[in-house]
Amino acid sequence: MSDAPVTEAELQAYADGRLEPSRRAALEAWLAARPEEAERVADYRRLAEALRGAYDPVLEEPVPERLHQALRPGPRLKRYATVAGWLVLGIAIGLVAGWQLHESQPPAPQTADVGATMAHRAAIAHATYSPEVRHPVEVGADQEAHLVAWLSKRLGAPLRAPKLEAVGYSLVGGRLLPGDSGPVAHFMYQCNKGTRVTLYVRTEAASNRETAFRYAKEGNVRVFYWIDRKLGYALSSADVSKDDLFKVANAVYQQLNP
Amino acid sequence: MNEAQRMVELIPRLRRYARALVGDRATADDLVQDTLERAWAKLHLYRRGTDLRAWLFTVMHNVHVNRVRAARPTDMLEDEMPELAQRAPQGDALLVRDLDRAIARLPAEQSAVLLLVTLEDMSYEEVARALDIPIGTVMSRLSRAREKLRGMMLGQSAAAKLKLVR
Repeated sequence: MSDAPVTEAELQAYADGRLEPSRRAALEAWLAARPEEAERVADYRRLAEALRGAYDPVLEEPVPERLHQALRPGPRLKRYATVAGWLVLGIAIGLVAGWQLHESQPPAPQTADVGATMAHRAAIAHATYSPEVRHPVEVGADQEAHLVAWLSKRLGAPLRAPKLEAVGYSLVGGRLLPGDSGPVAHFMYQCNKGTRVTLYVRTEAASNRETAFRYAKEGNVRVFYWIDRKLGYALSSADVSKDDLFKVANAVYQQLNP
Repeated sequence: MNEAQRMVELIPRLRRYARALVGDRATADDLVQDTLERAWAKLHLYRRGTDLRAWLFTVMHNVHVNRVRAARPTDMLEDEMPELAQRAPQGDALLVRDLDRAIARLPAEQSAVLLLVTLEDMSYEEVARALDIPIGTVMSRLSRAREKLRGMMLGQSAAAKLKLVR
């Protein structure tokens, strides 16, 4: 038994600390007479430690939101169909609205139109990004402080990502978008059923004053928008009723104007 | 606890394994995402009461092998490609980078055995079941993987004797 020849498999098991105790003494005696093999086993152990040291820290990293979403109920086919549908819709809205805008451009009374353009842009952004499964945002909610600091810097205005848990939505993350007059911040929120709302925030020219809530519907996308001092906001969703979206818009407004 | 919740709890371990396997963070998370989506779609194939962790690693191994197979032509070029400009890593980062590269050069079936044993601390029997290979094959792949990794990391080229060492 214990004087049977040492096998390579036993050597591996010994390196892993898994060799059955009855063979341990025989193997250690065998190694004692073979310094090169002993060195090899020692190297294997060092390698195992190096591997654990290198990759164990991944266990402590926050899990990206998209990995949780991979486990959302609902067949994948349907989700891809939804994505395709939204992309088509987004493009269609863009084409139709762009064309209409082109047609009816010149005599533009200021604030109302500026806001309507914003609502239109926000609806397109919503239709483009909210169905995205893989990369819904550039920076996830796990790095919220970084996200807000980054977007604030790019817009040149202090932003905040409102906390909407009270109305059932949590932050997914955000991204930077190009706007008509500069960078735009785009925050995405999601409820536990997977319904998403997006908040489009842009800086406003000083001439634009505060406005009340306004409502627009672009295709399937409902938008509440308003201008508050130096920032314009548009809150969009396709899957939420007007009343419910209004509640969320109110919550956003309250949060930003405590 | 249902399967979805248990899968969520296992995500950090899947990410650790994937990071070791493919190195780059985004690619590793893509692999985890594909694994979770596939596992979720194939959940009816999972036998309740069996080891969900082992099953997920089986799925991940299959997804990875398929990806490697699909990407084979670029893999062949890898050695000839110039290094991308990167921040010079230091200390631990340097070691991690060397490990990433060394693991990337192992055949997928060898890295799977090595990482399941070393990172996941799976028994040889569990690895054999997860990868659907005989336990003798687990041992020989483990031996080959370690010897190659050792050679690459330590700059030695000691060839392991595969069967009996006298």
